[in-house]
Amino acid sequence: MGLDSDAAEPAPVKILQSPAVRIGLSISIATGLYGVSFGALSVTSGLDFWQTMALSLLLFSGGSQFAFIGVVAGGGSGIAAMGAATLLGMRNGIYGMQINALLQPRGWRKFAAAQLTIDESTATSTGQTDPDEQKRGFWTAGIGVFVLWNLFTALGALAGGALGDPKQWGLDGAAVAAFLGLLWPRLKGREPVAIAVVCALATVLAVPFVPPGVPILVAAVVAAGIGWFSHGRSDEGLEPDVDPYAENHVHHHHDPAGDHRDRTGDDA
Amino acid sequence: MNLWMWLLLSCLLAYTWKLLGYLVPASLLRNPRMSRIAGTMTIGLLASLTVVNAVASGQSLVLDARLGALAAAGIALWLRAPFLVVVIAGAAAAAGLRLLGWD
Repeated sequence: MGLDSDAAEPAPVKILQSPAVRIGLSISIATGLYGVSFGALSVTSGLDFWQTMALSLLLFSGGSQFAFIGVVAGGGSGIAAMGAATLLGMRNGIYGMQINALLQPRGWRKFAAAQLTIDESTATSTGQTDPDEQKRGFWTAGIGVFVLWNLFTALGALAGGALGDPKQWGLDGAAVAAFLGLLWPRLKGREPVAIAVVCALATVLAVPFVPPGVPILVAAVVAAGIGWFSHGRSDEGLEPDVDPYAENHVHHHHDPAGDHRDRTGDDA
Repeated sequence: MNLWMWLLLSCLLAYTWKLLGYLVPASLLRNPRMSRIAGTMTIGLLASLTVVNAVASGQSLVLDARLGALAAAGIALWLRAPFLVVVIAGAAAAAGLRLLGWD
């Protein structure tokens, strides 16, 4: 517990040269700008400015926020809105497990990381193989999206329809491209491609039958099933992202303290 | 006031989900099988997020300009474009198709 190894981020030398930081910033901009549409939609759904901001600041999970205001706009009760938002937020728990294993944040960072655990930050982080890059990717995307998402929520809530529909600018297309861009590097070899195809199909089949957000959970369950039953063939390049510390000594990395390698039973 | 209450409760529950993930011991994921599951799950979640963002609209499947974004991003990735270019290609394709009247 005592060793606070995350305190010193590697010196900001060439920080913009880090692929994870670049990806994190790109995805922050693409997603953050979309906050305009949330802000605008939220006030037209009948929430006031501060309720809108409370959702972006405290709930901070785009899908859940849209679900909440969607139910309210449709005349649904507060408890129904809460149910939809909460169901949608479930996947963040899975993300939390993954980020916890990768970054192993300590102390207050664990609580900060939890709030920043969303699709974008998790995808940026798990898309990297180097432990330092995973860390930079998570925090860059997490903080970047948080700041921009909230700024643009406020803008959307105040300016409302005056800005026009963000779809006009293709921002929803940017989100599609961003997620494909994060998936792409993982599709090396036949097995990852097969997993992606199966999960994509499962998602499409689930969309009409379950509430929004749940198809992603269905895909997660399918993927977990594949992982469980295909256990044993473990040289497919799936593990290093998840357990980078095990062979840290062969990895080249720039952490001056080099203290990652001693982490073993840190949960005790 | 009533809406405020449900709203704040939603925020609390959302944070609870997030935090619960962090309370699962990291050592559990160091088990080879769990570690493999985390790997397959990452691929599955990313594939699912891509598809949901491309064709889902609420509970219906819609073929609109976002498909153009998916195709443009795929081509950009095929050409080994950097991430930012991929994102811009997706946005440009969706915006362009809408400009041409395909929604």
